[in-house]
Amino acid sequence: MMAMSYAWQVGECLLAIALAPLFVGWVTQCRAWLQNRSAPVLWQPYRVLRKLFHKDAALATHASWLFRGAPYAVFATMVVAAAIVPSITTDLPLARVADAIALVGLFATGRVIIALAAMDIGTAFGSLGARREMMIGFLTEPALLMVLFNAFLMFGSTALPTIVANTLTQPHIVLHASLAFAGVAFVMVLLAENARLPIDNPSTHLELTMIHEAMVLEYSACHLALIEWASWLKLFNYACIGFALFVPWGIALQDASPWGFGLAIVMLGVKLVVAGAALALLETVSAKLRLFRAPEFLTMAFLLAVLGLLVHLLLEV
Amino acid sequence: MAGVNGLAATPDLAMLLGLIAAWLLVGVSGLLQPHRIGWVAHILFPVGALIALGVAIVGALTVVDGFVTQSTVLPLGLPDLPFHVRLDPLSGFFLLLLGSAGTGISVFSAGYFRSGEGTAPGLLCLQYHVFLASMATVILADDAYLFMVAWETMALSSYFLVTTQHRLPDIRRAGFLYLLMAHVGALGLLLCFGVLHGGSWQMTFDAMRGATLAPAWASIAFLLALFGFGAKAGLVPLHVWLPEAHPAAPSPVSAMMSGLMLKTAIYGLLRVSWDLLHVGPWWWGLLTLALGLGTALYGVIFATAQTDMKRLLAYSSIENIGLIVAGIGLALVCRSFDMRVLAALALAAVLIHALNHALFKSLLFLATGSVMHATGERSLGKLGGLIQRMPWVAALALIGSLAIAGLPPLNGFVSEWLLLQAFLQTPQIPHAFLNMIVPLGAAVVSLTAALAGYVMVKFYGVIFLGQPRESELREAHDAGWLERAGLLWLALGCVLIGLFPQVALDGVGHVTQLLIGTTVQRGPSAWWMTPMASNHASYSGLWLWVGMVVVVGITVALMRRFYHGQVRRTAPWNCGYPWRTPRMQDTAEGFGQPIRHLFGPIFRIEREMPAPTDAEPRYRIDIQDRFWHTFYVPLAQLVRRTAEGLTILQGGRLPIYLLYSFLTLVFLLVCVL
Repeated sequence: MMAMSYAWQVGECLLAIALAPLFVGWVTQCRAWLQNRSAPVLWQPYRVLRKLFHKDAALATHASWLFRGAPYAVFATMVVAAAIVPSITTDLPLARVADAIALVGLFATGRVIIALAAMDIGTAFGSLGARREMMIGFLTEPALLMVLFNAFLMFGSTALPTIVANTLTQPHIVLHASLAFAGVAFVMVLLAENARLPIDNPSTHLELTMIHEAMVLEYSACHLALIEWASWLKLFNYACIGFALFVPWGIALQDASPWGFGLAIVMLGVKLVVAGAALALLETVSAKLRLFRAPEFLTMAFLLAVLGLLVHLLLEV
Repeated sequence: MAGVNGLAATPDLAMLLGLIAAWLLVGVSGLLQPHRIGWVAHILFPVGALIALGVAIVGALTVVDGFVTQSTVLPLGLPDLPFHVRLDPLSGFFLLLLGSAGTGISVFSAGYFRSGEGTAPGLLCLQYHVFLASMATVILADDAYLFMVAWETMALSSYFLVTTQHRLPDIRRAGFLYLLMAHVGALGLLLCFGVLHGGSWQMTFDAMRGATLAPAWASIAFLLALFGFGAKAGLVPLHVWLPEAHPAAPSPVSAMMSGLMLKTAIYGLLRVSWDLLHVGPWWWGLLTLALGLGTALYGVIFATAQTDMKRLLAYSSIENIGLIVAGIGLALVCRSFDMRVLAALALAAVLIHALNHALFKSLLFLATGSVMHATGERSLGKLGGLIQRMPWVAALALIGSLAIAGLPPLNGFVSEWLLLQAFLQTPQIPHAFLNMIVPLGAAVVSLTAALAGYVMVKFYGVIFLGQPRESELREAHDAGWLERAGLLWLALGCVLIGLFPQVALDGVGHVTQLLIGTTVQRGPSAWWMTPMASNHASYSGLWLWVGMVVVVGITVALMRRFYHGQVRRTAPWNCGYPWRTPRMQDTAEGFGQPIRHLFGPIFRIEREMPAPTDAEPRYRIDIQDRFWHTFYVPLAQLVRRTAEGLTILQGGRLPIYLLYSFLTLVFLLVCVL
């Protein structure tokens, strides 16, 4: 039994690494369709990775060890996060390593490392991107924490496997108003954290408006590939955290049969397809906000989450 | 004789008193050859470090299982007022903090102090060790008299240390402000102890524990303690001395003041509000919580705007003290509703954060000392790129910066996680409004933590990363081996607490047992931190670290095996603009700009904008503390005006003074009759 759960642990991790580019490809494709453009193929991100891994890397002359090490460190944080988030099964030996709050901390570690690496070369755009990214970061964290607070009040735990198990073992599906507020807030946080519209444009080529892209301007080839892969994994992880908090149905519990695991993989695929399409739709209907409008957007997310909290305390207890 | 017998019975306490005496002896030895730096730096400071290590070990022994509180009376002090000392898990924990961080600072100091920098080295050595000894005495004191004597010795010795470079007027001014605030705070404490004895006129803490105070008097005592210790700890609005005194002092002294001395104020607050006072009303806790959260947010927002690296760290200390005090407030709220386990959890977060802050803040202050010695520069705007020249200091400062930013798997995250877990439980408070207001404190805590990340990216990025902003920086050299050893010791502490948080949590168990009568749940093993039920929330720094190392290892191995591209060095991309200089990097002001924009009304900003026609355009921005101008300056003016008004009484003519005496006599006679 232990061997099985360790096998699933590794399997789930590898699946996340493998699927993350596909998910991003799907979002890009949906966006292109919605915007009446001809779409790149679904596996375009894999092609990008292959291209980058075949190129020679260029490093700035005075780049330090921090700059060279950062892509590995960021990639590692996202892979470890993928190992912790229950996307297929809750029976993960590593899931106990970090609860949802520690997971937020882990994402923050990745962000700080990449921001430091961006400042290492000492070009104007690098530090510009770093300070913008850190600004978005400190605005999202309180909102995300309030979302987790809602989940904690509902399920009495901040451990994602317990939250999933508690939802799935309830006899009836109960719709909670507070979770609806929290869900909207979570989506807003997801958009901001993953450098999506309306906070940042993932396909921008205009340096002055960049956030994520400005930070990684100096990276090339294999280093860039790792960083891009890590950012795709981050989006994938966020999506899976959202599934675990709000729509956990399908995730295999501790004593699931092999069929249960099969169903879990299929359900994950379905959820990703729907979520990707919804993300593309959201990005299509919204325009990029000016940088200093971002606080309003994220304060809104925070207030929604607090509203969910108050609704729960006033009405649902 | 009673004292001697007592000493014989309590080996740990006797050893501690011996160590404190040894510190004083080391200090006095500095005067033997006050100008020989070799004697002071290579013999006395290392000995002081060994003594500090001893203090840490004895302190650690007192927080382990089966320790019995020890106390004794010393045959010192005034005839009817002997000194009482006591060693219990709370004082043991703070001695551990003092000793462990003090070891690193003393080792660093051995390599840091040079001759010809203000005060003679031998005198400095005396002040330094008296400072350490007085802090240890504050923690051991068991009566108000010894406590206040040690407290004032601590204030005075640190005042002399702050004004080491006393020839500079700015430093004298900073020292004066510090001394003034220290004494205003001490007055509050004196009054507080005056209330606490409850009419028995017994100044021992034992008598104060037994005294029963009327609720109003207990509240007054609590408020006075909050004021007195808050002035020492730097609670807003009593924080103004911190950003002045910390940059003025030499770096090891800043490290001691910020890492250790602020913690004695936390110790005092815990001692008075948890040990000496009985359970109070919930508004004590709410007030403390609000003050703490306000301080934390205020400190971190101002830290983002600083351009002097030591001022930045001073504001960051204000922030951390705010978090610690907020934790104490939360624990007080829980205690007033008799939620003991939750109070124990919050207290554990407080204690671990105090220890963490002592480690990483000392580390960062010492690192700024190395940077200042290497470059002679304190302003962030003139540093940059030091990771190339000072790889050791840069690597160790990186650990400190990541730890203070509250990132897993280092130690700052552990206490932050515990504090957030405590906040998560607050909706259970059986009070209709508190259960909705207090949880929002968690949002402030997480906002503060995220902003601390911003501050640390700025601090580390501007000093160590990028390109050198001045050409002299290219000659900077790395720190000497003693300095590195001191930094390494502190960094090791940060890493170990981060990897084995449950050990720290179990360690503070006896302290919470003493203060609240219960502990948080013990973990299944040293590798997992599970303060509540294990399916509730769990965290393991070690396994997180192992996971990351394994992934990095596999990725690097795969890269070595399959990546065939060359890595070549080129100039950075110039965006099609060929004239790039290091001056075009983001400055410290520039990096803080988004925060200035968002939190504009909090700052008092003086800005000088260039006109388009200026031949030599200059941009100047000066960010000032609002409290200074809206509270302290008017207060000072009021005091001066009152004093000037009173000079009318002092005409300088003898008949007038005789008249005063006569009138007073008449008045008193009227009163008596």
